[in-house]
Amino acid sequence: MRLWNELSYFTCWISHQARLCTPPTRLCTPPTRLCTPPTRLCTPPTRLCTPPTRPGSVLHPPGQALPCTPPTRPGPTLYSTHQARPCSVLHPPGQALLCTPPTRPGPVLHPPGQALLCTPPTRPGPALYSTHQTRLCTPPTRPGPVLHPPGQALLCTPPTRPGSVLHPPGQALLCTPPTRPGPALYSTHQTSPQVFFSTQLLTRFSLSPSFLSQDIRNTVGNIPMEWYQDYPHIGYNLDGKKIFKPIRNKDELDEFLDKMENPDYWRTVHDKTTASDIRLSDEQVDLVHRLQKGQFGDVNFNEYEPSVDFFTNEVMIHPVTNRPQDKRSFIPSLIEKEKVSKLVHAIKMGWIKPRKPKETTPQYYDLWAKEDPNAILGRHKMHVPAPKMRLPGHEESYNPPPEYLLTEEERMAWEQQDAEDRKLPFLPQKHSCLRAVPAFSRFIHERFERCLDLYLCPRQRKMRVNVNPEDLIPKLPKPKDLQPFPTTMSLVYIGHSSLVRSISASPTGQWLVSGSDDCTVRLWEVNTGRCMKTLEVGGAVKSVVWNPNPAVCLVAVESTVLLLNPGLGDRLVVSSTDQLITSYEPPEEDKEQAVTWALSEGPEHDNGHRLTLTHPKAVKQVVWHGKGDYLASVMPDNSSNLQVLIHQVSKRRTQNPFRKNKGLVQCVSFHPLRPYFFVATQRYVRVYNLIKQELTKKLMTNCKWISSMAIHPGGDNLICGSYDCRLAWFDLDLSTKPYKMLRHHKKALRGVAYHKHYPLFASGADDGSVIICHGMVYNDLLQNPLIVPVKVLKGHQITHDLGVLDVTFHPTQPWVFSSGADATIRLFT
Amino acid sequence: MGGLQKKKYERGSATNYITRNKARKKLQLSLADFRRLCILKGIYPHEPKHKKKVNKGSTAPRTFYLFKDIRFLLHEPIVRKFREYKVFVRKLRKAYGKAEWTGVERLRDNKPGYKLDHIIKERYPTFIDALRDIDDALSMCFLFSTFARTGKCHVQTITLCRRLTVEWMNYVVTSRSLRKVFLSIKGIYYQAEVLGQLITWLVPYQFAHDHPTDVDYRVMATFTEMYTTLFGFINFRLYQTLNLVYPPKVTQYLDLTSVCKLNLASLARVVATAEEEENQLDLFPTEGEDQENMQAREKEQKEQEAQKRLFEGLKFFLNREVPRESLAFILRCFGAEVSWDKSLCIGGTYEVTDETITHQIVDRPDMDKQYINRYYIQPQWVFDSVNAQMRLPVEDYFLGTTLPPHLSPFVEEKDGDYVPPEKLKLMALQRGEKPVQEDEEEEDEEEEEEDDDEEEDDDVDDEELTEEKNLKKLEGTRAQGKTLAVKVTPGKVKPWETGSVGNKVRLEQEEKAEEKRLAIMMMKKKEKYLYDKIMFGKKRTTREVSSLRCAPAKPTRPSLRPFACRWR
Repeated sequence: MRLWNELSYFTCWISHQARLCTPPTRLCTPPTRLCTPPTRLCTPPTRLCTPPTRPGSVLHPPGQALPCTPPTRPGPTLYSTHQARPCSVLHPPGQALLCTPPTRPGPVLHPPGQALLCTPPTRPGPALYSTHQTRLCTPPTRPGPVLHPPGQALLCTPPTRPGSVLHPPGQALLCTPPTRPGPALYSTHQTSPQVFFSTQLLTRFSLSPSFLSQDIRNTVGNIPMEWYQDYPHIGYNLDGKKIFKPIRNKDELDEFLDKMENPDYWRTVHDKTTASDIRLSDEQVDLVHRLQKGQFGDVNFNEYEPSVDFFTNEVMIHPVTNRPQDKRSFIPSLIEKEKVSKLVHAIKMGWIKPRKPKETTPQYYDLWAKEDPNAILGRHKMHVPAPKMRLPGHEESYNPPPEYLLTEEERMAWEQQDAEDRKLPFLPQKHSCLRAVPAFSRFIHERFERCLDLYLCPRQRKMRVNVNPEDLIPKLPKPKDLQPFPTTMSLVYIGHSSLVRSISASPTGQWLVSGSDDCTVRLWEVNTGRCMKTLEVGGAVKSVVWNPNPAVCLVAVESTVLLLNPGLGDRLVVSSTDQLITSYEPPEEDKEQAVTWALSEGPEHDNGHRLTLTHPKAVKQVVWHGKGDYLASVMPDNSSNLQVLIHQVSKRRTQNPFRKNKGLVQCVSFHPLRPYFFVATQRYVRVYNLIKQELTKKLMTNCKWISSMAIHPGGDNLICGSYDCRLAWFDLDLSTKPYKMLRHHKKALRGVAYHKHYPLFASGADDGSVIICHGMVYNDLLQNPLIVPVKVLKGHQITHDLGVLDVTFHPTQPWVFSSGADATIRLFT
Repeated sequence: MGGLQKKKYERGSATNYITRNKARKKLQLSLADFRRLCILKGIYPHEPKHKKKVNKGSTAPRTFYLFKDIRFLLHEPIVRKFREYKVFVRKLRKAYGKAEWTGVERLRDNKPGYKLDHIIKERYPTFIDALRDIDDALSMCFLFSTFARTGKCHVQTITLCRRLTVEWMNYVVTSRSLRKVFLSIKGIYYQAEVLGQLITWLVPYQFAHDHPTDVDYRVMATFTEMYTTLFGFINFRLYQTLNLVYPPKVTQYLDLTSVCKLNLASLARVVATAEEEENQLDLFPTEGEDQENMQAREKEQKEQEAQKRLFEGLKFFLNREVPRESLAFILRCFGAEVSWDKSLCIGGTYEVTDETITHQIVDRPDMDKQYINRYYIQPQWVFDSVNAQMRLPVEDYFLGTTLPPHLSPFVEEKDGDYVPPEKLKLMALQRGEKPVQEDEEEEDEEEEEEDDDEEEDDDVDDEELTEEKNLKKLEGTRAQGKTLAVKVTPGKVKPWETGSVGNKVRLEQEEKAEEKRLAIMMMKKKEKYLYDKIMFGKKRTTREVSSLRCAPAKPTRPSLRPFACRWR
């Protein structure tokens, strides 16, 4: 019904505006020429009505029965009102008609009894509504029951609604409702005309008048012929008699002989439906040829006839249809109005813009015609231009000098390196001629990496330092001008058998005392290098110090501190020393002391031992006060507060100055002039005022672990040696931080010392060297001390990773003594 | 303490920088668009001086953009174009989906595009700025022009690059501004001096590219988009300086099919129109040093002029196996006539059979038919001659001979750098000295002396065998030579070899060395670090030079053998 509506709609349009709807050109040639007018069409017993589009259709003279081929293209022809669409055909009485649709055969009733297959044409053609044509049949939309003359077999299937058909009695009639013709229907027709050479079509063609008399038509319909394989007949005639197959007893040989001998063999066709051989006539052969070539079957058919515009552009006075115009054709279309108003609104709102005119400016022009070199934007101040690509060197040449080529090992090394670490991003190669140079495989990569560098790599302006390295070296006074200082090794004091931990020179400068791990203390004459005395002390000697005042020597051994009288030199001095010790009068009330004082007697006294101070723990260091009455001893121990003790020899009294010690005490020292006491823990040096009994200063050494400390005889400067190879010089008036850090040594410093008179200081380290520095301290407070290294003294051998263990200056001469782990003491003058 | 507490990182360098992600969010752009914008506008990350401060105390590795740069991007009109394009794509997709073909057509007509002119002008306020930065653009365009139409980039881009590069080469030929060329394993380097700027570019050898998969071609395409715009404007301006019309006529035919064919023909044509202008330096009488400078400049100018006419009057023919385009370009830059086989490519002006051809460039071991009146030389001769600024003797480059090493013209040796012996030889040639004699060579190369001597002896022995008549005479001369060589001359007493004085000198030296060592000890930590670095670099260079000097390959250096003429 929908289709119908559309059709009526279109016809309506056609009637109104005939010029709009020009009919499709060649398709709708008027039917008058193609087929005989429909009035005549019905008169002959059977007609073949082919749609004008199909070239292969032939008009047959009346009297021929032909199957109906359904129309093919319903599309564009729909609007042409000229198409002959045979919907059903009137058959003359007494004739059996078979209407087979080419594609979809319906179910067929078969052999016994009569089978008649009738399939309706697939699509109801609009041809029926063409006003030019007389109506052939009932309109397809409403096929009412058709009255047939009695005795006639009629097949009439309405396209859409198969109505009931009245059949004459005794005749089997099958009505199949119309099927929906798929597009396949048309495709088979259109694409391959060869299909028609199947038996079905050929039968059609073969139905020439000559054959009619034999009455050998196919009466079974379009069924597989195997069904009749076992029967001697094929189908039945009108009288219900069997139609027998022609006798056929040809074998292969007969076939072959026939092929060889029969001149008409090539035009003989076997018809399965009748099981007979048919010899094609000349016309038929010609027809086959034409169809094979894709030409029209009819020789006389002119396919290029000028088309006659049926709906001309001239408005004719007579309407094509007599239908009155619809009301809606006078009313303006609401849909159109809506559309137009929408467009107008869109234009008003600026949603629809007119097409932009194409730009006419040239692609390239003189961009810098009006250039202003001063017009540099603000951001260009921070602009860092990208560095240019590196220019290639000799090694990149295709034919480099041979020394630029890599050797086999270098090549291996290059291949094993990461791409980032490689010095050259490519392997230098040598090619004998330009022709042999291959493409560089990483070319695109390199360009891409350059691109990445350009937009991804952070840029920074770096000032390239173009300095002469000589200018960096500081200008110092020449060491020659800073003489005297020790320059050469003069004497070696040999005698100890183990590391010499500590040495000390007598205040007169005549004697030298040394303590070693071989449990002896040796006394040497400085000038000759003779060992004057060897004292057994029963333990490794950690520290020896000569009393600055008289000739009392002090030795710290393991857990005891011994006061020795070396008994060398002037008798008077020796005796006065002994007297000093013996003159002690014990006090009335005996206080309990941290150490026990014991007077030596017997052989020990003869050896020189005078007093023994037994400490509770191992003593590491002892120092004398400048006056020679007080001495301090260090027992490094984290666990107790008893780390530093100060002893007074004349009163044999001991006191613990600190209630609490912060950290491990490394070494202590008395101020040479004032009542200050320096305590060095691992990282700090604390300066205490002994009179006020308070902390006055805390020096930050910036070292990890202080090893040794020395105080300038002026008392305002201090040096600290540390195990992390540094020497810190403090100017106590200046700051609590080092005035200078010297990193001269390669290994841990073990000993530092100031000279009493000369502006010299020395440091000894594990690298076996003693470095003498000129350290001038000026009286002018505004002038900083001058520190100049003047000499590196070497001589000690490194044993067990230990080099120089202690250094000390000669009290009067610019000489320095050093004791080492190689069990020697050396004098540098 | 009154006032508000100062918060950290709210002033100073922390506010001057912005991370990439923040910048992207501020601009409301996708990463791809941000990248494109950065490439087009030439925005790059900056390395802050105090990274930790900028990074708000964190030490995480981040890239920072200058905040000013990003703010500057905010007002870029092209950002809007990006958005418009995005909207356009969305609309188009929708229209396609709905099968609204008229809509599609309308949208396509109104496709938003953008121009980069203003960006170029902004990035390069003056023409010289642009010219200075053209190296990368040239290399990129030359690379893209060699791409096949494989879908790695738009065909239009390839064509445009090809066109622009051909125009550039035309300019270089016409202005005769090529200075140096170098055949490397990567490709051919060219250096031209255009308006006083040295411009270097690299052209790959003519091979199909093996396109790598780990390269983002979108990035390269964006760069190329920018570069082609820049390059076109520069070409326009350069053509203007030569009073030539831009775009040149050739480009009209420069459609896809004839791109490769026409470029060389076009080169030939433009050369014909080029006119040599005699631009003499204006002489102003000045005094003293200026005069000297002036003379030096004049001399330089003359040399340059001479270099420009290096191949003038020569007629070259290129065999089919040599890189035609580059050789034709170079030869024409120096005023030679070039032709090639007609069947090879259009543009060949004369045939091989032309009797007036002076040089034929051949890159094969041998040739069947040779003309007696022309040199058959290998292509390296052209390159070496250009770099040497003189026509080198052709003997070393004849057909089938082992070529001398090809040196990079871009290396400028300083004091203490390694100079390859070929370079020394070349420098001697340039100074006008006679071609290297064996004796000189021996002086240069003491290491080789022995080998050479031996070989000489061998040669002489051969001669002795063949020429027995001259035996005695030869012996005599040789003996004479020997006696002369052994002549004893009274030596001088060198002062440092005698006892006390020598000790003194040595002591002095030692003292100085120690002084220096002690002074170095007293250096500040920072200076010490710098000093150590400088000394390390110095040591490394000396090490490298020494390793080059005694490279194992050196004794077998073929080029220093006396040359035997193998030309028939």
